[in-house]
Amino acid sequence: MNIRNILKVALRSLGRNKMRSFLTMLGIIIGVGAVIAMMAIGQGAQYNIEQQIATLGTNVLLIFPGSSNQGGVRGGMGSMTSLTADDLEAIKTQCPSVNVAAPVIRTGGQVVFGEQNWGTSIMGSNPEYFIIRSWPLALGQSFTEADVRGATKVCVLGQTVADNLFKGGNAVGSVIRIKKMPFRVVGVLSPKGQSAQGSDQDDIVIAPYTTVQKKLMGVTFLGTIMLSAVSDQAMTDAQAQITELLRVRHRIQPWEDADFTVRSQTEIASAAEATTQVLTILLASIASISLLVGGIGIMNIMLVSVTERTREIGIRMSIGARGRDILLQFLVEAVVLSMAGGLIGVLLGIGSSLLISNLAGWPTLVSTTSIGLAFLFSAAVGIFFGFYPARKAAQLNPIDALRYE
Amino acid sequence: MKENSSLITVRHLSKTYHMGDVEVHALRGVSLEIARGEFAAIMGASGSGKSTFMNIVGCLDVPSKGEYLLDGVDIGKLDRDQLAGIRNEKIGFVFQGFNLLSRTSALENVELPMFYKNVSNAYRRDHAMEALKIVGLEDRWHHLPNQLSGGQQQRVAIARALVNDPSIILADEPTGNLDSRTSVEVMDIFQQLNEKGITVVLVTHEPDIAEYTKRNIIFKDGKIRKDTHVERSANAAQKLKDLPALLDDEEEDAA
Repeated sequence: MNIRNILKVALRSLGRNKMRSFLTMLGIIIGVGAVIAMMAIGQGAQYNIEQQIATLGTNVLLIFPGSSNQGGVRGGMGSMTSLTADDLEAIKTQCPSVNVAAPVIRTGGQVVFGEQNWGTSIMGSNPEYFIIRSWPLALGQSFTEADVRGATKVCVLGQTVADNLFKGGNAVGSVIRIKKMPFRVVGVLSPKGQSAQGSDQDDIVIAPYTTVQKKLMGVTFLGTIMLSAVSDQAMTDAQAQITELLRVRHRIQPWEDADFTVRSQTEIASAAEATTQVLTILLASIASISLLVGGIGIMNIMLVSVTERTREIGIRMSIGARGRDILLQFLVEAVVLSMAGGLIGVLLGIGSSLLISNLAGWPTLVSTTSIGLAFLFSAAVGIFFGFYPARKAAQLNPIDALRYE
Repeated sequence: MKENSSLITVRHLSKTYHMGDVEVHALRGVSLEIARGEFAAIMGASGSGKSTFMNIVGCLDVPSKGEYLLDGVDIGKLDRDQLAGIRNEKIGFVFQGFNLLSRTSALENVELPMFYKNVSNAYRRDHAMEALKIVGLEDRWHHLPNQLSGGQQQRVAIARALVNDPSIILADEPTGNLDSRTSVEVMDIFQQLNEKGITVVLVTHEPDIAEYTKRNIIFKDGKIRKDTHVERSANAAQKLKDLPALLDDEEEDAA
């Protein structure tokens, strides 16, 4: 029997049980669709992060304070208050590989203008921060070094905050209240969009760090220090210089762990990328379980089909069908089922990825690799789960098969 | 045609089935020769071993002991696939229950044996159509089995048995599911085929069906009890003329 005739017979016998064939395919359709949609979500997130890494600037370093340890309760990275403004000054003056440095201290609070109010995150820094982040102002200007020294109550608004407080009106020059204290708005930042972690970077108010420390929080430490090296090549030098300087300044003995960590921005981002990669694999493997279940569905229905058609198998054998003719006939049926299911599943997967990115706003990316992989996998499922029933059919004894009622 | 050369030779054939702990001796040493061009009926009560004998002759089953030569080929030495090849090329089966593929047209049913051979689609179609012509159903080629009467279904089955030009046609109770008139019609076809030189062996338990053949072999308890030559075979064509004429549509309803 040539393959064209086998295919014809397979299509016809599947066509006789349209509903059953469709329901059997449904398992594969959902499986393949889920694998493609899940991989689209994972790879979309990954692509997003890759894009951000590209815009981050490769020469940015971050210094985090170490974790606090009070009576054995460790607070996690950044919980310690070991970084100070003096550390910042020391780094600026004593580390030749460091170009500019900006402190970061964060708090949150309600900001009020007239009848509008908005809960946002409030950050304290210095004018260099906007250089390191390459974040230009859309309106007005940044606060100055003098504002930092004098702990003036001035601030720069992120786009989201400006939109919510001023509803399109001019923010620059207005006085808003942060935690009931009046602050003059000197500038509005240009929109920056989502961060690698998916938060809105424009939902922020930035003020001189001294103001935030003294007027808003009443503390003297810094959250983190962000700095840029003079060049990409100077990153390692900068990291070494900072580590050495801070160990001396913090009087850390050579055998002790440092109370701070220096990391590059790209390190952090690639860690995030690794996380989404794990996420992609996890999502895809969960989805492929449904593909496996779909395969079992195929096996189940093929076994039923073999039993139902025992007599047909007997007739075919009595007129000269060999075992492998029968095997091929049932195997082709199973593979046709799974590959047709795979094809519809691919379309479903692409459709639902588009739907997800439109409705939920998640970035999705359907790659040809994931389509090819899912489709091949569905064909493999057909062969794997179709083989046992087909072999069962091929090994039937012709006399028993003919007598089967 | 070599009239006297032996087509089927069986020597000391025996078959034993194991049903649990019980041994069933279906055949107990059968020796027989059937020559080319013969028209033989194998008779016997149920349990006499005639069906087992037919299954072995038809290469659907293998004997426990003994030798079987078909057309000079020692069947006992063949594997499953080779047996399938023999069934395809040398044997044409006709069954009591017709055993046509349902929801498949008469023509496609007749084509089926040629699917397992390497032939072109056009050859297959022409050849199947010819076989249908022999049994007089060429204008019903597109009908499905459930649109045909019992007699017509059996004629399609005979066309299917013929299509690969087999050495022998084996018919297992071919008239068992048919009324007496249709039975005669089917026997008429077998007689016509035999006149053309085709060897036909059929199993039946009806003596009046056996009368249409030329040799009656009677089985009992797994052995051949009697093997007789029929002096004057009944003529099915003549018998049909003598029977009261039946309207065509009545025959249709019989399905």
